[in-house]
Amino acid sequence: MSGHSTYQPQNRFLQWFEKRLPIGGLIHSSFVVYPTPRNLNYWWTFGGILTFMLGVQIITGIVLAMHYTPQADMAFNSVEGIMRDVNYGWLLRYVHANGASMFFLAAYIHLFRGMYYGSYKEPREVLWILGVILLLLMIATGFMGYVLVWGQMSFWAATVITNLFSAIPGFGDAIVTWLWGGYAVGNPTLNRFYSLHYLLPFVIAGVVVLHIWALHVVGQNNPAGIEPKSDKDTVPFTPYATVKDGFLMACYCILFAWFVFYIPNFLMHADNYIPANPAVTPSEIVPEWYYLPFYAILRSIPDKLLGVIALFSSIVILAFLPWLDTSKVRSARYRPLYRQFFWLFVIAAIGLGWLGSKPPEGIYVVVSRIFTAYYFLYFLVILPLLGIFEKTKALPNSISESVLPAKA
Amino acid sequence: MWGAGGAAIAGLHSLRKGANRTPPLRRPAVSGAAAPARPAALGNTRAPAAGGRIRQPEERTQDVTTVSSAEQHTRRDFLYIATGAVAAVGGVAALVPLVAQMNPDASTVAAGAPVDIDLSPISQGQIVKVFWRSKPIFIFNRTPKEIQEAKAVDVNTLRDPATDAERTKPGHEQWLVVIGICTHLGCIPLAHQGEYDGWFCPCHGSQYDTAGRIRKGPAPKNLYLPPYTFLSATKIRIGEESTKPA
Repeated sequence: MSGHSTYQPQNRFLQWFEKRLPIGGLIHSSFVVYPTPRNLNYWWTFGGILTFMLGVQIITGIVLAMHYTPQADMAFNSVEGIMRDVNYGWLLRYVHANGASMFFLAAYIHLFRGMYYGSYKEPREVLWILGVILLLLMIATGFMGYVLVWGQMSFWAATVITNLFSAIPGFGDAIVTWLWGGYAVGNPTLNRFYSLHYLLPFVIAGVVVLHIWALHVVGQNNPAGIEPKSDKDTVPFTPYATVKDGFLMACYCILFAWFVFYIPNFLMHADNYIPANPAVTPSEIVPEWYYLPFYAILRSIPDKLLGVIALFSSIVILAFLPWLDTSKVRSARYRPLYRQFFWLFVIAAIGLGWLGSKPPEGIYVVVSRIFTAYYFLYFLVILPLLGIFEKTKALPNSISESVLPAKA
Repeated sequence: MWGAGGAAIAGLHSLRKGANRTPPLRRPAVSGAAAPARPAALGNTRAPAAGGRIRQPEERTQDVTTVSSAEQHTRRDFLYIATGAVAAVGGVAALVPLVAQMNPDASTVAAGAPVDIDLSPISQGQIVKVFWRSKPIFIFNRTPKEIQEAKAVDVNTLRDPATDAERTKPGHEQWLVVIGICTHLGCIPLAHQGEYDGWFCPCHGSQYDTAGRIRKGPAPKNLYLPPYTFLSATKIRIGEESTKPA
C-alpha cells in the first residue's frame, strides 16, 4: 500500500493504532469513501451477498464440525445426531445445506451479470479469471461437503465423480486409486474429503481478497459499460452502495429463510437419507441442482473421454471470455444482437440444468446435445464474430449523463 | 453489518464536524494531505479521462451529504439508527444457536439420567466404583469399626467440618456414597489406603477417612456427595435426591 489514506481517526487510541497498522484507513478508503459508479443496479449487490454467504458457510461449517464424525461407520449417524440431539443442530445443518444452494445461486447470478455487462473485458481480465477460479473452488468444496453426509447419494456421487479421472489415458486409473486412497470410495476418501472441505473455504476466502483487491484497482464496471470520467459519475460507497447491498442482502436472507424453515429438504435428494451402501447403486444418481448443467453436458457426449473434456472445458472456457469476445463495447445495453444471443445462452444453461435431472434417454438426450452445442458455439463462434459484425448502439457520453435528467 | 453500524455511528455524530465525512455542499474542500498523495493502492487508481480529473474524495464539494449537518436529528439519522438497531438485534439472535449448540446435546443429557445400583453383591468392607454422568462414584459398605472411627472424630478439628450422620442417609449409616474425585485437582483417590482407613490420592498426597472427609494433604474439601436415595434397603438410585422431608 502506498500513499496516505484520508482517514483521520477521532479517538486517540485509534490514531495511535492507525500509525502502526492502518486497517482503519484501509477499510475507510475501500468501503467508505470508495468512489462507486452512481448507476449501479441491484445486479451489482451479489458480490456482497457472496461474501456474506461465504461467512455464513464458514461459521456454520466450523460449528457443525464440532459434532460431525468423519469415519465411514459413524458419519451418517453423527449427522442424524446433529439433526436430532444437538441444540439447534437441525437449524445449523439446514442453514449450511441450503446455504450452499444460496451460495451457488448468487454465484451464477453474479456470473451472468458479468457476462451481460462485459465486466470481464479489459482491464478486468484478471478479476474475471479470479472469479472463475473461485467458481472452481466452490464446485470442489460443495462436492466434498455433500460426500461427508455419507448417504447413498454422497457415496455414489463420490464414486461417479472420482471415476471421471479414469478417462485420462494411461495413468487415469492410478489417479483414481490415489484419490480414493483404496480400491473404492471408502473411509480414506471420506477422511481426506473432510480435511479438504475444511481447508478450501479458507482458500476461497484468500482468493476473494485477491478478487476484491483486483476490483478496487481497476474500479467497478457499471450498467453503461463506460468508465467514470469525473466524480459526477461516482458516489461514495458508504452509504449508497452499503445500504443498497444491505437491503438486497436482507431480501436474499428472506428467500434463504424460506428454504431453511419451510422447505429445508426441497433441494435435497431423498436418497441421501439412506446410509451409504457400497453394494447398491440408486436407480437415478443426480447431483445437486447447481451441478446439473455441467452434468447434462457430460452426458450429452457419447464418448467417455470427450465427455469429461467437455465437462471441464465448459467451466474453463469461461476464463477465456475476455479474449473470445472481440467487441469494443462492454455493456449488452448497447449491443442489441449480443443481447439476444446472451438470453439464448441463459435459456440453454437453465435448460441444461433441467435436463441434467432427467434420465439420459430419448428426447432429453437430443435437446441436451442441441443446448450443449449452443453452449460451446456461443463462446467459440458467436462471441468472436459478433465483435466484428455487430452494429452497436451509440454509447452515452458519461455515466451521469445516462442517469441524470438532461438540463435544459 | 459493519456498514449499517458505521453509518449509524456516523448518524449519531451528525452534530459534530467529523473529519471523515464526505464534505457537504458549499463547504470549502478539506485538503490536508490529500493533494499530493493518492489514496491507498486499494483505492481508485484509474487514469482520468482526457479533459476531466478525478478529485480525491475529500476534495469533493458538490456531493450529497452522507450525514446530516442540521442541528436537529433528521429522518436519515433515525433510519440509520433504526437499521443499526435491527441489525444488532438480528446479530444477537443469530448468535444464540451458535453458542447454544456447544451445550450438552440431548443424547448426552439422556445418558446422564439417574442409575439404579444393586447393593446386595457388595460385601462388608468392600468399596465399589460406578459411573454416573461420567463421574466415578465410590460406594462403601462400611464395617462397624469403620463407622465407629468416622463417628469418633471431633468435627472441630476437620478442615471441612461435617459429621458422619450428615454424610450418610438416616437408617442406612453403613453405606457411604461419595463422588470419587479428589477435591484438590481431580484425580481418583485409591481405596483402603492412607492413615485414616479411607482413601489416599497419589497425585499430591491427600488422605480421606472412612466418611470421605479430608484429613491430611492439600485437598480443601471432603469428597462430594452425589444426589442419591434408597429405593429399598439393597438398592439406591444415584442422580435423584430423596423427596421425603429431612
